[in-house]
Amino acid sequence: MALKTPLYDSHVERGGRIVEFAGFLMPVTFEGIVAEHETVRTKVGLFDVSHMGELSLTGPGAVDFADYAVTNSVASLDEGQICYTVCCNENGHVLDDLLVYKFSDERVLFVVNAVNAEKILGHLRSIAPAGVKVEDQTAGTGQIAIQGPAARDLLVSDPFFSRVAAGIKEMEYYRFFTFEHEGAEILLSRTGYTGELGYEIYLPAEMTKGVWDGLLDGGGEHGAAPIGLGARDTLRFEPGYCLYGHELDEETSPLEAGLSWVVKLKKDDFVGRDALAREKEEKPVRKLIGLEVTGKGIPRQGFAVHHDGETVGKVTSGTFSPTLKKALAMALVKRAVPKKAKEITIDIRGRAAAAVRTPLPFYKGSVND
Amino acid sequence: MVPEECTYTKEHEWVCNEGGVAVIGISEYAAVELGDIVYIELPESGSNVKQMDPIGTIEAVKTVAELFSPVSGEIIEVNEAIIEHPEIVNRDPFEEGWFIKIRMSDPGELDNLFSFEEYSEFLGEQED
Repeated sequence: MALKTPLYDSHVERGGRIVEFAGFLMPVTFEGIVAEHETVRTKVGLFDVSHMGELSLTGPGAVDFADYAVTNSVASLDEGQICYTVCCNENGHVLDDLLVYKFSDERVLFVVNAVNAEKILGHLRSIAPAGVKVEDQTAGTGQIAIQGPAARDLLVSDPFFSRVAAGIKEMEYYRFFTFEHEGAEILLSRTGYTGELGYEIYLPAEMTKGVWDGLLDGGGEHGAAPIGLGARDTLRFEPGYCLYGHELDEETSPLEAGLSWVVKLKKDDFVGRDALAREKEEKPVRKLIGLEVTGKGIPRQGFAVHHDGETVGKVTSGTFSPTLKKALAMALVKRAVPKKAKEITIDIRGRAAAAVRTPLPFYKGSVND
Repeated sequence: MVPEECTYTKEHEWVCNEGGVAVIGISEYAAVELGDIVYIELPESGSNVKQMDPIGTIEAVKTVAELFSPVSGEIIEVNEAIIEHPEIVNRDPFEEGWFIKIRMSDPGELDNLFSFEEYSEFLGEQED
């Protein structure tokens, strides 16, 4: 039985095409992927991300435990700061990629992928020290992402958020604050998954629809529109953001996936550290690269990549980029494939399509504006 | 093309018989289901095909679909405009967004296809 987010009825009313994703009934498109994609790149779009898992770590030692559970440094975060990281197993392979919010030394929030939420909850509980409580707050929490160059303008002009307008205007990338509404805590962070300026709101499930409808129905002058999972994927693809199940899985290390910047080998011990230190020493076997198809067709996940007649890896994500109007792919390939490799092809349903390496990210947006 | 006068396949292609030449496209339903079409591949005109031969590829942002020939015969024209601008198919699947014209070697094959009413009923079953 698939779950519904607090916004399910709104999606149906607004004409969303509903599919099941990670156990939730979610909208995949509203107006159409390309139109929605363009809305976020040029104006502002709203995403229902209530399916994401919110795991709360509280108690003495919560930050130290978080630091042990993930590869990035939680200990060095300021209060009110966030980091992107991965959570690895002992082999140094990725159990999930996530955001870590540090409230204080005794309170941390992990925001994990819906598909991995139960796995990570179990994993954390199995390694948590006595005194650190790990709670799953997903069911009671709604989450809305506001993304696009006009995201700030929309938020500060919205009646619900205008009370914290000053804080919104000052907030830097990967920072957050909370405020109270009717006794409940609302969290607002400057984060997102599109490459554009954006914010994410975490709020009680029962308040979510009111805030969502307010932002959409009052957002006309800023062009706010609801965005489905289809465009969420093309929007994260262009700036080269990893997606669990594509670039990341339990057979892949963060060093291979281009995430060495979130692996802090010099901090105190953490799960997967020995394996990752060894891998760094010996150099990762594979690397994540960008490819542009110069031949015919669109590359898709799982398609084989060939170089000089040899299979060197596979496409992890591929699509037609709505912004760049090119057929692009991210691919995990053998490290030996040179930067200026010629003779790369992608096997598109039995036919070799010519491709060239192109740097990641494919696109840089307004994220730091 | 008048949707009511076309015949249809269960792969959601429409066929309009214009004096022995089958004009072929994809239905509105297929265009909506696929979403934004970004790449179309079609064979050269002049080639001969049999009913149900694959005759093209339609790639949307998220999905890919194969086009199968609803009839046998000789391909006499392909719509170059949709190769240049695949979005035409989403905008106008029944007119500007036609794919291919085939001079039929056996127009009787059209009898194997759905009428408009049968296709509508078929779509109703798909929805369930």
